Amino acid sequence: MSKLCELTAHEAHQLLKERKISSLELTKATLMRLDKVETKLHACVTINSESALRQAAEADKYMKKGYIHPLTGIPALIKDNMCTKGLRTTCSSKILENFLPPYDATVVTKLKAVKAVIIGKTNMDEFAMGSSTENSAFFPTKNPWDLARVPGGSSGGSATAVAADETLYALGSDTGGSIRQPAGFCNVVGLKPTYGRVSRFGLVAFASSLDQIGPITKDVTDCALVLNTIAGYDPKDSTSIPYPIPDYTKALVSDIKNLRIGIPKEYFVEGMQAEVRAILISAINKLQELGAKIDWEVSLPYTKYALAVYYILAPSEASANLARYDGVKYGFSYQETSNMWEAMEKTKQFGFGVEVKRRIMLGTYALSAGYYDAYYLKAQKVRTLIRWEFDKAFEKYDALVTLTSPTVPFKIGEKIEDPLQMYLSDVCTIPVNIAGIPTISIPAGFVDNLPVGIQIMGKPLSEETLLRIAFAYEQATDWHKRKPPL
Amino acid sequence: MKLSRQQVQHIALLARLGLTEAEIEKFQLQLSNILENFEILQQVDTTNVPPTTQVISLSNVFREDITEDSYSPEEILANSPLQEDNCFKVRAVLEES
Repeated sequence: MSKLCELTAHEAHQLLKERKISSLELTKATLMRLDKVETKLHACVTINSESALRQAAEADKYMKKGYIHPLTGIPALIKDNMCTKGLRTTCSSKILENFLPPYDATVVTKLKAVKAVIIGKTNMDEFAMGSSTENSAFFPTKNPWDLARVPGGSSGGSATAVAADETLYALGSDTGGSIRQPAGFCNVVGLKPTYGRVSRFGLVAFASSLDQIGPITKDVTDCALVLNTIAGYDPKDSTSIPYPIPDYTKALVSDIKNLRIGIPKEYFVEGMQAEVRAILISAINKLQELGAKIDWEVSLPYTKYALAVYYILAPSEASANLARYDGVKYGFSYQETSNMWEAMEKTKQFGFGVEVKRRIMLGTYALSAGYYDAYYLKAQKVRTLIRWEFDKAFEKYDALVTLTSPTVPFKIGEKIEDPLQMYLSDVCTIPVNIAGIPTISIPAGFVDNLPVGIQIMGKPLSEETLLRIAFAYEQATDWHKRKPPL
Repeated sequence: MKLSRQQVQHIALLARLGLTEAEIEKFQLQLSNILENFEILQQVDTTNVPPTTQVISLSNVFREDITEDSYSPEEILANSPLQEDNCFKVRAVLEES
């Protein structure tokens, strides 16, 4: 048997069900792995060993009574922007460094209900603002495939941890690519569900009309299992969709014959690396071999406006959401003054990092009197055009396939001083959030031992189609089985 | 579009965000660059296009007005830096003249 921490969740579930292993053994093995590689990777902000062992023992007791769910007793890591009751939730920010949530996010409640084992919280770009996890106020996370490179972001800690077997799976959040881009950079599977499919209650808000929680896993089967567990309507989130959830594992059939897949040409962007492009082409050829009908001539001309739309709307929403950090109710609070305004200004000055400040400034400007129509309202209108364009494409195609990122993971420090270059690295992932559609990123190959991911986009609530295509591709390839040299 | 120093300071004031001298200078340049890139949106004809505020077709989500158990004052106040008599304590908003 391979090392327990290397198992996928569904493999571990099988062994737990057959009573060949216990959750305690599995959890101990995972914590040992964490202990061994974490000093190199810095994927976690908080590791919850004692509580993890307690949760594992409880899960074992529960299973002894004959209850078992596919995630029972299986170790998980949660991105540190999802509230965990009594367990520090920092958003990788100084301003929330000591924040102890009084409640669990709905996704955490759902995992606890099936006796999952929450072993800790993962590092991220502060408030999920970034594409490299370098914007963490605590430390940057390293890419397990090359420690000199970024794991992507903002869910870089979650993707790194899954790739390095520090956990069996993790949760991430995706506002402009924050699940998919790091998944692609780390050779794991990442799904951004349809906006509203997974409850955002207890997810610290960044850009409320774009944020969505999703799974980061070692394979497509695990992705379906985690989605099964976290999806669904939540009365505590008025933007969650009140439709029943299908059993996503039913979509895991290796048959994509006659599915219509479009390849939008606008995603062959300037700056796309030739070797990375070659991987996309061979992945598409593979899908064709498997029976899909490929159309190479799809055009989505509004794609080129997506980045500008995003970097107006997301900072605008963020500037409103982050106004709550006034040093009164929770979080860091500047005390050395009796003046209310000064206390508020200094609280934010010392509590927020530079990228968060930059986005608050950008958003406040876009929303301010005299500029609202030219920036915010204009961006909302172009957002409509981007959505319509996707709607039209999905009348003809079951899915669209593109690269997750036009390059391999970049070097730590390479883009941090140039925010515009950093923003450009999200060029393939951002349109998806603007339209609110679901998209999965899966491993598709390597360039010089650095992973490359492709993403499969679909119309709203088409997660089953995406999982089916991803599963068929995964069955025909073995990229997802490669492990980083650690 | 080039932002002036005064504009940067004005935005910071609107956001009640304290900035250092170095940050003001840096943001003046960086925000100007970023905003210049957004000019591309002015090329798009959006006549008669409604704005998208959210992507799902739900509106006016209501629930029954029933009372439920909530959090105790202690739980809600547990993370606050200043408190008194089960209340958040804030600095004076109106100064005595």
